[in-house]
Amino acid sequence: MLIVERLSGGYDPKKEIIKNISFTVEKGQFVGILGPNGSGKSTLIKLISGIIEATSGTVLIDGKNRENYDTKELARKMAVLPQLHAYAFSHSVRETVSIGRYPYQNSWLQTWTKEDEEAVVTAMEQTGVTIYKDQPLEFLSGGEQQRTFVAQALAQRSDLLLLDEPTNHLDIEHQRKLMDMIRYEVVHNGLTVISIFHDMNLASLYCDRLLLLENGQISSIGEPHEVLKEKHVMDVYHTRVSSYPHPVLPKPQITLIPELQEERQAFSVITAQQIKIRDEFVELQTSFPLKTVSSAVHNAGFGWFQSFINRSVDKGYMCEDAHEELRRYLEKHGFSPSNTVAMMTAVASEHVVIRDFSSLIGSIVVAVTAGVGNAVDVSKAYERSEKPHIGTINTWVFINGTLTDESFMQAMITATEAKVKALAMEEIQDKVSNTIATGTSTDSVLIAATQIGPFFEYAGTITGIGKLIGHGVYETTRIALQDYKRAKGML
Amino acid sequence: MRKIVMGYIVALIILCISIWLGISIGSVKVPISTLWNTGADETATNILWKIRMPRVILAGLVGAALAIAGAAFQGLLKNPLADPYTLGVSSGASVGAVVTLFFGITTPILGIYTLPTFSMIGALVSLFIVLGFAKLVDRMMKMETLILTGIIVSSFLSSIISLMIALTGEELRQIISWLMGSVSMRGWPYVKMIFPFIIFGSLMLWVNRRELNAMLFGEERAKYLGVNVKRSKRLLLLGGSILTGSAVAVSGTIGFVGLVVPHMTRLMFGADHRHLLPLSFINGASLLILCDLLARTIIAPTELPIGIITSFIGAPVFAYIFFRQRRTKGA
Repeated sequence: MLIVERLSGGYDPKKEIIKNISFTVEKGQFVGILGPNGSGKSTLIKLISGIIEATSGTVLIDGKNRENYDTKELARKMAVLPQLHAYAFSHSVRETVSIGRYPYQNSWLQTWTKEDEEAVVTAMEQTGVTIYKDQPLEFLSGGEQQRTFVAQALAQRSDLLLLDEPTNHLDIEHQRKLMDMIRYEVVHNGLTVISIFHDMNLASLYCDRLLLLENGQISSIGEPHEVLKEKHVMDVYHTRVSSYPHPVLPKPQITLIPELQEERQAFSVITAQQIKIRDEFVELQTSFPLKTVSSAVHNAGFGWFQSFINRSVDKGYMCEDAHEELRRYLEKHGFSPSNTVAMMTAVASEHVVIRDFSSLIGSIVVAVTAGVGNAVDVSKAYERSEKPHIGTINTWVFINGTLTDESFMQAMITATEAKVKALAMEEIQDKVSNTIATGTSTDSVLIAATQIGPFFEYAGTITGIGKLIGHGVYETTRIALQDYKRAKGML
Repeated sequence: MRKIVMGYIVALIILCISIWLGISIGSVKVPISTLWNTGADETATNILWKIRMPRVILAGLVGAALAIAGAAFQGLLKNPLADPYTLGVSSGASVGAVVTLFFGITTPILGIYTLPTFSMIGALVSLFIVLGFAKLVDRMMKMETLILTGIIVSSFLSSIISLMIALTGEELRQIISWLMGSVSMRGWPYVKMIFPFIIFGSLMLWVNRRELNAMLFGEERAKYLGVNVKRSKRLLLLGGSILTGSAVAVSGTIGFVGLVVPHMTRLMFGADHRHLLPLSFINGASLLILCDLLARTIIAPTELPIGIITSFIGAPVFAYIFFRQRRTKGA
């Protein structure tokens, strides 16, 4: 659809802003242009559209050199929406969108066809401005005006659409609606779109390919996961960023890391004394959020939290919606549900075992509640058919240090292996298979780190931090199991 | 759409009433029936056909030309304060006309069209000077920049005119009365002289009505819509200059018609040039016919220059538009 070959040029022919850029866009593709301020994004669009004359290079649209198109013919092939500024006189929304049909009009005759009318009505519906159609443009908000201008470009009914930051002034609802609509046109009607984006994450969500510009040259081009790499983005934008997968879609997202981090309080070390034992739950409140990964009931997965709750419930606790019930419980006790990780156990809170462990490389705190009435040998579990019920080993590990995602996962494994070993040493039986149990059917593990202090890239069993975790969890779990046995009269 | 149709109907009714009043009222009352009544009083017939009628038609043509030129200039420059007078184009046309009168230039090829032709050239030259200088000062050509440049150029041109007047001596009074703007004692030859130019100039603007609409969103967007911006701009500037030049050639500088009429029309019927241009044309004609009527009757038997009446109405409107623009833009 569009072939750009060795294109160079700028406002001032002596000072090229775009330098020797080549790329191809297939029909029905959505390409996003990214780049820092002044990298030449708008200039590139202007060179492609021909508003600025290129000093060298060619632009082929549908196999034909752009310069060989007649102006109206070109407008029927390609619609361009630049960043718009103030205007002196006011058209109504309908009039504004109708002007998009200019390339189909004859200058002497009045030729408003059914097709013109249909294009205008459709464009207004697509952008949701039909309800304002008789209002003067100047009385609309920035976002409504922007949508009207997009409608005007759509009314051109061109195969190729060039946009300069179309989501400017739009709130996320209208960003989503507009981009969904454009994406729909791309997928279902084969529209080809090239658009400048300020928001890398939005571009990643909607574009087939991204083009990252730096100083008028292509720094990288490809699918979003090929372009939005931390290193690429950091090099081009001179800003520390971190990339992460979109929680729902297979698209990379980028977030920046502020240079200035607020000073943490002096008491930024977690110790066993900070964990409080209440009547109904075990609680840790920290003065700053900890990066956490867990298999807890409330707020499982990765996150940053300041409250950690291990709630004791009755053995017969049964609830249709345990998540909702737990959330209400947290609210009732004054915890902010979005800032809290919470687990449940049948073990009374006073039976929690909390220990500090430290070595030359750092320190951790381990807290375990162990109830093994429901112990299971994982290798024999396929023989069972009943539903899991409460009777749980909940393991908390708080690490004073900085962990990578990798070491968070390794810490999970290390802690789990240590727990299994503790069960074996305490000879906890799976009562169905009569073999040594490896855990219970509803165990939870939580790893939380302060993310300040020593840096732990890995947390496998023989790394410094792995050794602490392995040892700590093993020891603590054994004590908790012995406690449990004592309470049950098994010892 | 119904509003627009009503706009045309009302504008045409007002025009008819204006013509009727313009013909009938004066030192001698002339009943409108004289138009078709062959047996009417001979003096009345003479006054009607030799004095009133050409005067009314000339005023109408001049008003129409200035108003449609103003509408086009405003649209093209996206500046509600632009009009032939504020841009200094009228002064340029005056210089062209004064030079022709001063040096007694006659060209056999142009014949009676010599005066309007020189006037148009003057208009076009001054327009290019104003636009060129304004662009040099400020690439964005902000409203104020353009108007200030218009004032600068216009003052300079006025001094040239004053100089020539000082040098003429006896022709003095004629030139001064002409300069202040008047459509009196011109007669049919003047109507014939400018009629073709006004029709041609208006057509040039009207052909670009859709282009004007597109250019309101900026030249860049207009280009993307398929407008041949360079060609349209040239046609619009040339058309505007032809209209201004021919109007000034017969009536001198009549200010603010090109400002007030498009502004009022736009307020009522929107900025769509497909209707703004023709409506301004009709309303401009009506306004100037009525202003002329006022000018010759208000302190009769003395006749005021029509430019005084239009400025009296136009300057406050100018102030109002300026105030509103500055306020709403929060500049």
